[in-house]
Amino acid sequence: MTADQRDEREVVDDGTTRRSFVGRLWLGLGGLALAEYVWLVVEFLRPRPVSAEAAGVLVAGPVERFDPGSVTAFPAGKFYLSRLPDGGFLAISRECTHLGCTVPWMADEGRFVCPCHSSAYDIRGEVVSPPAPRALDLYPVRIENGIVKVDTGRTLKRRHFEASQVERA
Amino acid sequence: MSEEPGLRNRIWRSIFRTSLSPSTERERKRVVLNHLVLHMRPVRVPERTIPFRHTFGLGGMAATLVGLLIATGVLLMFVYEPTPERAYGSIEALRREVRFGGLVRNIHHWSANLLVFVTFLHLLRTFFTGAFHGARQFNWVIGIFLLLVVLAANFTGYLLPWDQLSYWAITIVTGMLGYVPLVGDGLTRLARGGVDIGSATLINFYTFHTTVLPVTLLGLMAFHFWRVRKAGGVVIPAGADDDPARRPDTVLFVPSLLAREFVTGLLLVAGVMVLAVAFDAGLGAAANPGMSPNPAKAPWYFLGLQELLLHFHPTWAVVVLPGLALLALLAIPYLRYEQPLEGSWFVTETGRSMAAAGAIAAFVLTPLWVLLDEYVFDWSGWLGGLPPGLAEGLVPAVVALGLAWILIRLAGRQYGGNRQETLEAAFAFAATALVVLTAIGVWFRGEGMALVWPWTP
Repeated sequence: MTADQRDEREVVDDGTTRRSFVGRLWLGLGGLALAEYVWLVVEFLRPRPVSAEAAGVLVAGPVERFDPGSVTAFPAGKFYLSRLPDGGFLAISRECTHLGCTVPWMADEGRFVCPCHSSAYDIRGEVVSPPAPRALDLYPVRIENGIVKVDTGRTLKRRHFEASQVERA
Repeated sequence: MSEEPGLRNRIWRSIFRTSLSPSTERERKRVVLNHLVLHMRPVRVPERTIPFRHTFGLGGMAATLVGLLIATGVLLMFVYEPTPERAYGSIEALRREVRFGGLVRNIHHWSANLLVFVTFLHLLRTFFTGAFHGARQFNWVIGIFLLLVVLAANFTGYLLPWDQLSYWAITIVTGMLGYVPLVGDGLTRLARGGVDIGSATLINFYTFHTTVLPVTLLGLMAFHFWRVRKAGGVVIPAGADDDPARRPDTVLFVPSLLAREFVTGLLLVAGVMVLAVAFDAGLGAAANPGMSPNPAKAPWYFLGLQELLLHFHPTWAVVVLPGLALLALLAIPYLRYEQPLEGSWFVTETGRSMAAAGAIAAFVLTPLWVLLDEYVFDWSGWLGGLPPGLAEGLVPAVVALGLAWILIRLAGRQYGGNRQETLEAAFAFAATALVVLTAIGVWFRGEGMALVWPWTP
């Protein structure tokens, strides 16, 4: 009996030989190395956190400056401050919920109309015309001593407009 | 006493060991075997695969365009600066200050757009000559991946000029990723390198466009070509008096095929040159994240997809329907056929009729569906109460696909087609529908993506 044959005879129940076990071990190590590389790729492509200065509380101005039923654009904060006819405030994201185009406010129509796929939203950001799947995102509004402040660091996603979303003076 | 060859002659012969202008048959065979560039080609090729109309030289054209793209792309990299602050300015400088800068950019632009078009035609040619059976099965799959890489390379390049057109096209397409169930928002953030399109997006796209995708493309191309060789060259058209016992007549690669390929390549390069001189790639206003242009459109090769978005719920338009189409494409070589038919165009007369029927049906029905959906259908209204994913997605998709399926089954019965011939009808239907949707997106969608005539100002 040669050494080779003896080697092949050291069989565990499931047919594993020492040779096939070591072979699989190498294969597993190769797979592990590949997984490590994939991990590296993911870490390199993972979005880095935005700088603190880009996101923060933006002071919009005193309450009286905004007429009821008006919409004021804040390009620096990428939102519109919408004052509803009943005097309540909403800070509405300018990004269309359909595909992310910037929606302009059409004052004469009283609607936000997306130029990309003609979704339309009313002054509350509620969808009035598809294909937008849900209402425009909101940013939290605070009114302190008659000054309107908007926290642009936090996006509030919503399906529909609800009265509880409105901030009142 | 014979004269010794001179030094120059000896150096030349050490580099090119066979005459580059072979005159005898023996030399013509040897030059293929001994030349680095030619050795990947066969010595002899079947005579019936030679005529231009058999393949229209589309694969070779795609390879030629990739060569042009690399040559011009490397030049552009010397001038382009991939940051939001400098990208647009560097393209302006390229056009204004670099001699031939605009021309080289135009060649890159037109080659890239032609490549998408030629790759699509190559796919059609391969399908309709039945060149996906047996040894070619997996090469079809490689081809599909090549198409995806070509699209990805085009798309990542689209952002780089950083003008309004590119900025918003990329916004829309990366926004589409957001509709993938569960992981959508994460995918959009990954593609953009953050929440919004910015410097991270630009450097990611630039790196993919200039290294990852070209290297992948070249690797897959080598694999693709090698598989063609292993399958014995391109598919051989059937002759009227075929004797299966006899091997097909062959001709020498040099000069029969080489000369044709050379002429095709030269004419193509000349054509690209004419396009590049006559039509400028253009550069719009610098990107302005605060103002979407109206209409804002995806790159033309994704406008069929954008058109679907106007008719189906986004999850269906972006994920389900394209996903099904891709799966169907990948499945084509692995379906069970009564007998694999390959060789001539449309493989049989029945196949030809069925493909024509499929194409005509889609040419009529696709615009009809678009019009009806615009002015008549009101899925949400009819199916009040159902969530939009069903009312605007599942129901219209099932109705549209179901109609197409019934039509194709009817055509199969009408023409008595076997599986492959029926598949030709389905493929022609789908390809024509895609072309029609793309054409509608390019020419018939105006402000607010409303339907317009292309000639209305």
